[in-house]
Amino acid sequence: MNYDRVINRRIADVPPSGIRKFFDIVRQMPDAISLGVGEPDFVTPWSIRDAAIQSIEDGRTQYTSNWGLDTLREKIAAYLRMKYRVTYSAKDEVLVTVGASEGIDLALRAVICPGDEVLIPEPSYVSYAPCVTFSGGVSVPVVTRAEDEFALTPEALAAAITPRTKAIILPYPNNPTGGVMTRAQLQAIARVLEGTDIVVISDEIYSELVYSGHEHTAFASIEGMRERTVTLNGFSKAFAMTGWRVGYIAAPRELLAPMFKIHQYTMLCASIQGQIAADRALGRAFESGFEDVRTMVRSYDRRRRLMVEGFNAMGLSCFEPRGAFYVFPSIASTGMTSEEFCTKLLEQKKVACVPGTAFGASGEGHIRCSYATSLQNLNIALERIREFVAECRAQQG
Amino acid sequence: MFSTLDMHILEILCEDARVTPREIAVMTGSDENQVNLALDGLKRSGVLVGYQALINWERTEKEFVEAVIEVNVVPQREKGFDAIAQRIMQYDEVKSLYLMSGTYDLMVQCEAKTLKELAQFVHSRLSVIEGVTGTSTHFMLKTYKYAGTVFEGAASDRRQAVMP
Repeated sequence: MNYDRVINRRIADVPPSGIRKFFDIVRQMPDAISLGVGEPDFVTPWSIRDAAIQSIEDGRTQYTSNWGLDTLREKIAAYLRMKYRVTYSAKDEVLVTVGASEGIDLALRAVICPGDEVLIPEPSYVSYAPCVTFSGGVSVPVVTRAEDEFALTPEALAAAITPRTKAIILPYPNNPTGGVMTRAQLQAIARVLEGTDIVVISDEIYSELVYSGHEHTAFASIEGMRERTVTLNGFSKAFAMTGWRVGYIAAPRELLAPMFKIHQYTMLCASIQGQIAADRALGRAFESGFEDVRTMVRSYDRRRRLMVEGFNAMGLSCFEPRGAFYVFPSIASTGMTSEEFCTKLLEQKKVACVPGTAFGASGEGHIRCSYATSLQNLNIALERIREFVAECRAQQG
Repeated sequence: MFSTLDMHILEILCEDARVTPREIAVMTGSDENQVNLALDGLKRSGVLVGYQALINWERTEKEFVEAVIEVNVVPQREKGFDAIAQRIMQYDEVKSLYLMSGTYDLMVQCEAKTLKELAQFVHSRLSVIEGVTGTSTHFMLKTYKYAGTVFEGAASDRRQAVMP
C-alpha cells in the first residue's frame, strides 16, 4: 500500500512536535529533574475526586446533553460574570468541551475557510498553528518580544492584518513566556480590530494563575469586543484537573452555534465524570471564596520569584513572568541555540527544559522552565543549570 | 497585624523550615530585613514556636513504643481542665496533649522505650493524678501520614515529564 498517497498531505506536512524528542530522552533518565512538565504539581483535591467516585457508585454513566450538564454551565456562566464581568447565557452561550484543546479546534474549524489567515502571537502554545493547518487555514506568526513584556502590540497586529485575516488567537496569560496583557494593552488591540470582522479566539486557560498585583482581563470584557470574542477556558490549571479533560467555550450564540454543531457530531459530550468533578470544583470554590486557588497561586508566586532571581543571578536574563507557571529566560549569552542548550543540559546535568523554538521560531535563544515542581527540585535544578552555564563559559574562555 | 508576608513565611516554613531569610526574601519579593522583622514578630507573638525535622523513626533502629491515651478527668473549679493539663504535660513521656470534645477530655500522646515503661507510666503516674477518673490506652502500630506528610506509600510523580 502506498501510504504517501493515502495520507492527507496537509496533515503529513505538519512537522512532529519539537517536545517529543526530549520526552523520549527524559524517560530513559529516572534521576533527571524535569522542568518540562506542563501541569500543576498538585493532585485534584480529594473532595472533587470524591464527587466523581460517588457518581460512578450512583450509576451516572450516561451521555450528558451535548452542551454539557446544566448545573455546570450555570456555574461557569456565574463564574465568568463574577470574576471577569462578562455575561453569557448558560443555555446557549456556554459549551462544555473536552479540555480547552477541543475549544481551540472547534473555534478554528467553525470560522476558517481554505486559505484564511489566522494571526498567532509567538512564542505561544504548540497546538495553535497545527490546528489552523488542519482546518485548512494559514497561520501567520506575529512576534512578541521580552522588551514589550511579550505582549502583542497594536502596531505588530495592524501590520499583520490582510484582507484574508479571519481570526486572531490571543494566548494570555501566555505559555511559554508568562506574559499577561493589561486592560490598557487589550484596549489598544481592540481599537485595531474595531470595524473589522476579525474573530478573536482568546485562550484564557491560565486566567487564575496571575501574580503580584497583576490581574487577568477577559478580552470579551473590553468594550465592544464581546461580539467577536470566543473565550476558551477550563479546569486543568486552576483546579489541578488536567487528566479529566474538561474545558469550555463561552461565545455569543451566533458564533457558538457552528462550534456546537461540530462538537455534537464529533465529540457528543465531555465525559460525565469529568463534568461532575468540574461542577464540584466550581461549587467548592464558590463556597470557600476560591481559597484553594489563592493558596496555590501564592505557592507558584514564590517559586516564580525564586526562578527569576536564580536565572538572572547566573547571567541568563529572565523576563519576570506575570502569569501561568513558566519562566522563559534568554540563553543567547551562552552562544548556544535553544535546542543545543537543552540537549547538553539534559545529557550533562540531567535537567530537562523545553527549547524556546518548540513554541515558534521566535522562541530561539530562550528556554522554557516550568516551576510547577517542588521547591526542593527547583533549587537542585537551578544549581545544576548554574554549574552547566559556568562550565560552558569556562570552555569558551 | 497578620500580613501577607507573614502568611507567605508560614507557608514556606511549613514546606521546608530550612529555607533562609534571604531565600524567603527572594521568594516573596521583599528584603531580608523585612523578613527578619516578620520572623521576630511571629516568634514574639507565639505563632512560630519552633522548628523540627520530620523523621520516620520506624525506618531507623530505634526501639520505642508510642500510644494515645484517652483520659477522663474532673475539671477543677475556676481552673477547668488547665490545671490538670499543666500537671500531665510535665512528664517527658508526654509528646503532645490536647483537650478534646467527645467522650473523653484529654488526649495524651506518649512515647517510651518499651511497652513495660509505658504501661508503668500510665498506671503509676498518669492514672493516679488527682482528678483523673479513667484512662484508655491505644498503642500506635504504624505511621502512614504525619504533619501533612505521607510516611508510607507516598505516590510518585505521575505526570508526563515533558508536555507542551
